[in-house]
Amino acid sequence: MVRICSLAWIILMVVGGPLWAAEPVLIGALLCTTGQEAAELGQKGLDGIRTAHKMQPTVLGRPVELKFADTKSDKAEAANAVARLLDKDKVAVVIGDMISSTSIAASAVAEGKGIPMVSPTATNPNVTAGRKFVFRVCFIDPLQGHVGAGIAKETLKANTAALIYDIAQDYCVGLAKFFEDSFTKGGGKIVAKAYYKSGDRDFRAQLSSIKAANPDLIYAPIYSTSCALVAKQAKELGIKAPILAGDALHTQEFVELGGKDVEGILFTDHFHKNMIHNELGKKFLAQYTKDVGKELEDSYTAMGADAYFLVLDAITRAGSTDPKKIRDAIVATKNFDGISGKLSMNPDGNPSKSMVINKVQDGKFVYVKTVEP
Amino acid sequence: MSPSHATETTSHTRDRFLSLTALAVLGVFLWFAHNYLSGYVIRILNTIAIYIIVAVSYNLINGVTGQFSLQPNAFLAIGAYVTAILALSPEEKVQSFIIEPMIWPLSKICLHFPVSLAIGGLFTTLIAFLMAVPVFRVRGDYLAIVTLGFGEVLQVLANNLVPITNGPLGLKGLHPYTTLWWSWGLCIMTVFCVVRLVNSSYGRAMKAVREDERAAEAMGINAFWTKTLAFTVSAFFQGVAGGLLAHLITTISPGMFGFMLTFNLLTIIVVGGLGSTTGAILSAAIIVLLGEGLRTFEEPFTLFGHYFQGVAGMRMVIFSLLLIVVMLFADRGIMGREEFSWRKLIDWARSLAGGARRGRK
Amino acid sequence: MDYSFILQQIVFGLTLGCLYSLVAIGYTMVYGVLRLINFAHGDLLMVSAYLAFYGIVIFHLPWPVGFGLAIALTAVLGILIDRGAYKPIRRSPRISALITAIGVSFLLENLALVVIGARPKAFPEPAVFVGVLETGTLRIPYMSFWVLGVTAVLLAAVLVVVRRTRIGMAMRALSRDMETVRLMGIDIDRVISFTFVLGSALAAAGGIMWCLRDPPLDPFLGVMPGLKAFVAAVLGGIGSVTGAALGGLLLGLSEVLIVAVKPEWSGFKDAVAFSLLITILLTRPTGIVGEELPD
Repeated sequence: MVRICSLAWIILMVVGGPLWAAEPVLIGALLCTTGQEAAELGQKGLDGIRTAHKMQPTVLGRPVELKFADTKSDKAEAANAVARLLDKDKVAVVIGDMISSTSIAASAVAEGKGIPMVSPTATNPNVTAGRKFVFRVCFIDPLQGHVGAGIAKETLKANTAALIYDIAQDYCVGLAKFFEDSFTKGGGKIVAKAYYKSGDRDFRAQLSSIKAANPDLIYAPIYSTSCALVAKQAKELGIKAPILAGDALHTQEFVELGGKDVEGILFTDHFHKNMIHNELGKKFLAQYTKDVGKELEDSYTAMGADAYFLVLDAITRAGSTDPKKIRDAIVATKNFDGISGKLSMNPDGNPSKSMVINKVQDGKFVYVKTVEP
Repeated sequence: MSPSHATETTSHTRDRFLSLTALAVLGVFLWFAHNYLSGYVIRILNTIAIYIIVAVSYNLINGVTGQFSLQPNAFLAIGAYVTAILALSPEEKVQSFIIEPMIWPLSKICLHFPVSLAIGGLFTTLIAFLMAVPVFRVRGDYLAIVTLGFGEVLQVLANNLVPITNGPLGLKGLHPYTTLWWSWGLCIMTVFCVVRLVNSSYGRAMKAVREDERAAEAMGINAFWTKTLAFTVSAFFQGVAGGLLAHLITTISPGMFGFMLTFNLLTIIVVGGLGSTTGAILSAAIIVLLGEGLRTFEEPFTLFGHYFQGVAGMRMVIFSLLLIVVMLFADRGIMGREEFSWRKLIDWARSLAGGARRGRK
Repeated sequence: MDYSFILQQIVFGLTLGCLYSLVAIGYTMVYGVLRLINFAHGDLLMVSAYLAFYGIVIFHLPWPVGFGLAIALTAVLGILIDRGAYKPIRRSPRISALITAIGVSFLLENLALVVIGARPKAFPEPAVFVGVLETGTLRIPYMSFWVLGVTAVLLAAVLVVVRRTRIGMAMRALSRDMETVRLMGIDIDRVISFTFVLGSALAAAGGIMWCLRDPPLDPFLGVMPGLKAFVAAVLGGIGSVTGAALGGLLLGLSEVLIVAVKPEWSGFKDAVAFSLLITILLTRPTGIVGEELPD
C-alpha cells in the first residue's frame, strides 16, 4: 500500500511537477473602469483583455495571471494604481490605460521603474514621447487630426469648422490642436472654439456660440457620452452642420444615448468588426459572443485584446519575463497580425498602422473605409 | 525643593528619555524600511506621513482654535503647485505645456527640492495671511462656506491660468523626491512644532477662543490675531505637505485638489477626535491603511470556496459604512480631546498588569 | 449679439436655474430645521433617476406611474436616511452629523456603482417631452416648458405648505427653537421626517427632469448639481425657501450667460458662482433673503 502510494506520488510529481512549479506570469491591467469620464471605454478594454486571456491563458508554458487596477479616469489615482501594480503585485508588464490623461501619468511611473507598458487606445503623443518602456497598439493623434482634417475638406467639403472639446482631457486638447493645425494648413478656417470641463452635461451655451459662428462642420474630439449629448443639444438648437469626431465614440452607449441625433456622424477609429481578416480575429469574435452573450459592437474590446496578444507575443519571442527583454522584444515587433490589423512597432514606441473611418447609420456603426498612413 | 516638585522633574526626565527612545526606534524602523521593504510599503508610509502633517496642522485651526474652516484642499494645492513649478525641469515644462507655453521666468526656473519646498510653504503662509483678513469676519457655518468657496475659486484659477499651471492637464513628470526621510522628518518636525505651540500661551489663547470667543476677548486675548496665527501656521505645514504629496505622486492636476480632499481630511480629524493632536495622528494612519487594506475587496478573492470577481467601488462602500458606524457610536472620535502622554500609557500598562495579577489570584 | 440670442440664453439659464432651485430648496429646508448641511441630498437626484429608469425600462411602467413611484420611493429613502443616520446623533456635535452626511453621500454613490455599474445608461424619453418649439430664430425645447411649469407648481405648493399649514408652522418654529417646540408637545420627529419627505421629493422631481433633459445616467450624476444647489441655497440665504429658489435661478442664469456671451471666459463660470457667494457672505452674511443664524 505504502509502495503504491509513493509510486503514485512520484508519478504525480514527475508529470504534474512542471505544471505545478510553473510560477504564473503576472500582467497588470490598468484601466479606467469607473469614474465620470470614459468608464465604458475602460470596461470594454477589460472585457477584451479577459476574453483574450481565455483564448491564450499560458505563455512560455506558464499560466498568465491578470492583476487589475482601476484608475477612475483620474491622473493621481492612475499614478498610485500603477505604482501598486509594479511594487505590490510585481507585474512583468502593464497593459493600459484606455485614455490618454491617465496613461501619461502612469507612463512616467512605469518608465521610472523600467517596466514595459502597452496602451491599447491612448493616442496622445505625450504617452510615449521620450519614454523607452512605453508603447501602444494604436495610431497617434497628429495623424488622426490630419486624417480628420482631410475628411473635413474632401468628404464633407467644409471650409470652416468649429471645435468643441473637454479641456480637462489631454486627449481632447491634443487632438483638437492637431486637427486645427492640419485644417488651417489646408486652407480651412476655425471660426469658433468652445470648451467645457469633464463632468459638464449642459453644452447649450457653448453650442449657441458655435451656431452664431455658422461653421460648415463641428469637430468634436471628445468621449462618447459627452459627444452624444453634444449631438442631441446641437439638434435641439437647430444646428445643421455635421459633426466629425475622433476615436472615442465606438461604444454601444453612444448610439443608445444619442438615438437618432447621432445618425450620420463620421469618426476616425481603430477598428470595425467587418474588417476582421484573420483566424485570430474570428476566434476572438466567437469567444466574445460566447462569453458576453452578444456580438462585438465596439473597438475598445478588440484593442484591449490586441495589446494582450502583442504582450504575449513579445514574451514568447523574448523567451523570458525579464522586463528589459520583453521591452526589447516589443520594439522588435514586425508585422504582428492582430485583430485590428497588421502592426509594426517603431523605435519611438508608436506603431505603423492603418486607420479606419466609421459612421453611425440606423443606430449601428458602419465601416466606411480604411486609410493607410 | 519640595518632594512633589522632585517627582515632577524626574517624570519630566523620564518622559524626555522615553520620547527620544521612541524617536530612535522610529528612526531605525525608517532606515530598515528604506533599505529592505518594498516600494509599495514605502509608498504607504510616505502617504501616512504626509496625511499626518496635514491632519495635525488642520486640527490646529479646526480642533484647537475651533474655527470650522474647510481650506486644506486650497493650501495643499498652493503648496503642491508652487513646489512643483519651481522644482520641475525646463525640458519637462516644454513638453507638458501643450496648450500654451509657460510664461518666461517660470519656464526657466529649476530649484533644488528643499528650496522649492520651503518657498511653497512660505507662499502658502502668505496667501493664508491675506485670506485671513476677510475670512475671519464671519463665523460658524459661514466661515466653512467661505473657505470652501476660496478652495473652489482657487481650483478654477488653477484650471484657467494655463501659462502658469498648464490648466486642467496639470503638471507631470515631477521627480519622485519624496523619500521616507523627507516625509517623516518633516512629519516629526510638524508634530513637534504644533504640540509646542498648543502647549504655549498662544495655544491656551486658541483654546480660549474655541470655548468662548467673547469671554476670551474680555480677558484681553485678540481673537482675530489668535485665529490668524493658527491659520497661517497650519497653512505653512499644509503647503509643505502639498509639495511632498506632489513629488510622491509625480503628477498633479487641479482636479486632485477638489473639496473631496478636504472632506477626507475633515473625516480624519473628526474620527480622530476634534482638538486632539494624538487623535489626528492615529486617525491619519488608520484611514490611510484602511483605504489601502480595503482594496482587497476590489481584487478577485476567494471566500468560503466561492470565487468573487473584484467589484470596483466596493472599497468606498465599506469605508463609508464604517465611517457612519463610527460616527453613530463614537460621535467625539476615537480620542475625544484626550492627548497621549507617557504617564497615561504607564498607568494604563500598570492597570493592565494589575488586572492580570488580580485575575490570577 | 442679437436680441433673440440673449432671449434664447435666458430660457436656457432659467431652465437650468429651476433645476438648481428644486434641489436647493431641500438643502435649505433641512438646514433650517436641523442646522445640518445634508451632503447626501444631491445624491437623491441620482437615486430617483435610476428608480425611474428601472421602473420604465425594466418593469415597463407607463411614465407617469414610473416617475410618481420614483419620487415616492426617494421620499421614503429621505426618511430612512434621517432615521438611520441622522436621528441617532441629533445631540452630538454638529460636525459629527456633517461627517455622517458625507458618509451617506459616499455610500449612495458607491452602492450605485457596485450594484449598477459605471457604464452610462440612456434615460427613457417619453414622446411628450421631446420636441422643440420654433418661433423665428428662437428655439425652445418642450422640456424647458415642463421644467419651468413643474418648478413653478412645486414651489407654490411648498410655499403654501410652509406658510399656511400647521406642519409648516411647526417647521418654521423648529428652525427657531427646537427645545421650546418640543415643550409645546409637538412631535418633533414627525416634523423632521416631513421636512425630509418634502425635500427629497423635490430633489427627486429635479433629478428626473435633469435626466429627461440630458439623458446619460451614471452613479456620480448628483455630485455636480448637488454642489451647485448648495451654493444656490447659501447664495439665497440658507434656511429660506424663496431665497433658495432665487439663488438657483441666479446661479443658472449667470452660468449660462457667461459662457454664451463670452465663450473665452467659460472656464471661469464656476468661479463666478463662488466669487458671488464669497462677496455676498462677506458683505451681507445672511444671503440675499435670510435671517441671522447662531454661530
